[in-house]
Amino acid sequence: MEQVEYRRRARTWLEENAGARAEADPGTDGLAAARAFMAALHDAGYSGITWPKQWGGQGLTQAEERAFAAEARDFTLPTYVFSIGLGMCGPTLVDLGTDAQRARYIRPLLRGEEIWCQLFSEPGAGSDVAALQTRAVPADGGWIVNGQKVWTSVAQHADFGLLLTRTDVDVPKHQGLTMFIVDMRAPGVTIRPLTDMTGHARFNEIFFDDVQIPAESLVGEVNGGWKCAVTTLLHERLSISAEVGMSGQKDNPATFAALRKAVDTSDPLVRDQLVELHIRSRALALFNQRLAQETKAGIFPGARGSAAKLLLAELTNFSADLAVSLVGPEAVAYDDDSGGGGLAGAIALAPAMSLGGGTNEIMRNIIGDRVLGLPPEPRLDKTVPFKDLKVGTQS
Amino acid sequence: MNLVLTAEQQELRAAVRSFLGTASPLAKVRRDMDSEQGYDPEVYRRLTGELGLAGLVVPEDRGGAGAGHAELAVVLEETGAALLPGPFLATTFAAILLTELGDKELLPGVTAGTTIATVALDADRVLNGAEADVILVIDGGEVRAVRGGDRTPLTTLDPTRRQARAALDGGEVVGASEAAVARARDLFAVALAAEQLGVLRATLDAIVAYSKIRVTFGRPIGSYQGVKHKLADMHCRLEQAESIVRFAAWAADESAGELPAAAALAQAYVGRACFETARDSLLLHGGIGFTWEHDAHLYYKRAKCDEVLLGPTRVHRTRLADLLEL
Ligand SMILES: Cc1cc2nc3c(=O)[nH]c(=O)nc-3n(C[C@H](O)[C@H](O)[C@H](O)COP(=O)(O)OP(=O)(O)OC[C@H]3O[C@@H](n4cnc5c(N)ncnc54)[C@H](O)[C@@H]3O)c2cc1C
Repeated sequence: MEQVEYRRRARTWLEENAGARAEADPGTDGLAAARAFMAALHDAGYSGITWPKQWGGQGLTQAEERAFAAEARDFTLPTYVFSIGLGMCGPTLVDLGTDAQRARYIRPLLRGEEIWCQLFSEPGAGSDVAALQTRAVPADGGWIVNGQKVWTSVAQHADFGLLLTRTDVDVPKHQGLTMFIVDMRAPGVTIRPLTDMTGHARFNEIFFDDVQIPAESLVGEVNGGWKCAVTTLLHERLSISAEVGMSGQKDNPATFAALRKAVDTSDPLVRDQLVELHIRSRALALFNQRLAQETKAGIFPGARGSAAKLLLAELTNFSADLAVSLVGPEAVAYDDDSGGGGLAGAIALAPAMSLGGGTNEIMRNIIGDRVLGLPPEPRLDKTVPFKDLKVGTQS
Repeated sequence: MNLVLTAEQQELRAAVRSFLGTASPLAKVRRDMDSEQGYDPEVYRRLTGELGLAGLVVPEDRGGAGAGHAELAVVLEETGAALLPGPFLATTFAAILLTELGDKELLPGVTAGTTIATVALDADRVLNGAEADVILVIDGGEVRAVRGGDRTPLTTLDPTRRQARAALDGGEVVGASEAAVARARDLFAVALAAEQLGVLRATLDAIVAYSKIRVTFGRPIGSYQGVKHKLADMHCRLEQAESIVRFAAWAADESAGELPAAAALAQAYVGRACFETARDSLLLHGGIGFTWEHDAHLYYKRAKCDEVLLGPTRVHRTRLADLLEL
């Protein structure tokens, strides 16, 4: 019952405050509006719903988080640029940061005053992120970083990044990683926006040339970075599946609600395909609700979040694909009046959901290994010192 | 909406699971399915009489336990997972229909396990039609109870649960209400989906366990992605199927308005998911899966029979489309 009341209040707030357009790469005005929205969101108690009160959160559970996300689906929120900080970097600092780090970074993150990015993937290390090569070496009580990151979402707007580096090449790859907070404006950090297949610059490549990082920016332990990364990735899958910080579905032209208005439902084939979309959407929505209720009851979903992420990726691709084929030739023309470019925009964006946050294959590996307890594949990379391992693209 | 089992529901599950584990393990299922009656009346008697499960959703003033469809779903998941032979599902359908009709005559016997009852779901085949003392026949909104008459056992795909051809005319009217019949049909859909969820889970558990111990080319088959990724997809189906069953059972108990669409959704999704999982489980077992001695085919056959029991998937999809006003 309190849940019903919570949702009702959330909805009222959203009705009064949402509305700004979600932009992949907002300009200065868009960014200012987005920041103002986040501050209002935080004032209203809907930013950092599950985060500890002490650091600026609301101290509630995933149930409220998901309840809010469920209401927010019906609106358009300008939260895209904050999604990495809210879904991944922040929760990692809450779990593993020092109190000084939490006191310094969490509140501004929740209020949209500072934007975060996640610096894990490299040209030679995506799925196999522990194969990364960006080096951090100790110097003058701090660290010096050299290397390159890629596919870094929202880095062009970011103030800080959660950076995963290699600090020891003489041990197997998982044992020589260390995580840092990096100031994206520090000397030696070069950010180059990278246009993705939608034509927008959603992600970037980042170059680190002798970038200095102070000792207090270490997250977790030296050479303990893998443990931190796993924490981040777990949050990533849960937050993606719960659609934390995502912009909502109101403008998505490939949903059941949107399509039923756009197509001729007297055609029995069209009807059946819409029913299929409804079935899949309901099945996943109910699964997400069940995960939220379990969390509230003290059952942590853990790796089962990967199932929700995989299902969301498949549903996203299925619905965009179906939408274009139902609507037909006119669907390929970009609709410039809508935030996401209409169905052309939706089908162009769909693959992102299957790649960012781990590919479908990696999700299936995780479900197999961690949820079902299946035997792992035989691996070379767990015992060989990193310097002797093949990584990246080899010819 | 409640999608997570309560502590009491978990206890109920454990009790039924433990009862079936001793009273009707798969080795016994095989013996019973080959016996003349096709099931063990003693197991049925204990399940209904001793454990009171036939009257689970029947109100207390009519001899039942007055529990909800959420509890019934928990029980049927277990009888499904155990491939329990005999008329338990049939009797459950009958108890549901009689309860919705407000019957007072037949329910006490059905609930006590002394009357075996079933519902004629179509004109040609009746679930456990040969074993039943009473067949409930639905004619529009009117329901008749037919006793005796010609019963011809059929050999059907699923050896663990029999069907028969039966004469369906005559009998006395036990109730008449189109609304009650419509609601009962939705409740059948939810109950069957719960059984299907149990079958789905059992087939997935079986192949997960086997893929950890079956070795080819020097390593367990579960370590190969060709196998592992299929199992991961089957797990995703299980998660969604369970979510839908809990939702539909909740709607049955608490939200009558949502029940029709929830029931159609349950049959449209869970029926298919159950068969696909049973099929993939069988296939991933290799040659042993195609062998009579192995249980995989029993699950596969139950899953297929269940999938079409209340009409093929397209019927439920069409119903869903209608309810969504497409
Ligand atoms: C829109 C978008 C946003 C992103 N944002 C960020 C970000 O903010 N920060 C960040 O760090 N990264 C980000 N990424 C990177 C993303 O995490 C990687 O692209 C992804 O993990 C895949 O890695 P890869 O590109 O190196 O592909 P590869 O790892 O080279 O994979 C190539 C193919 O091989 C398959 N494969 C690889 N390993 C296995 C295996 N063990 N078993 C089976 N199949 C396998 C993959 O599934 C894939 O199909 C983003 C990516 C996208 C598309």
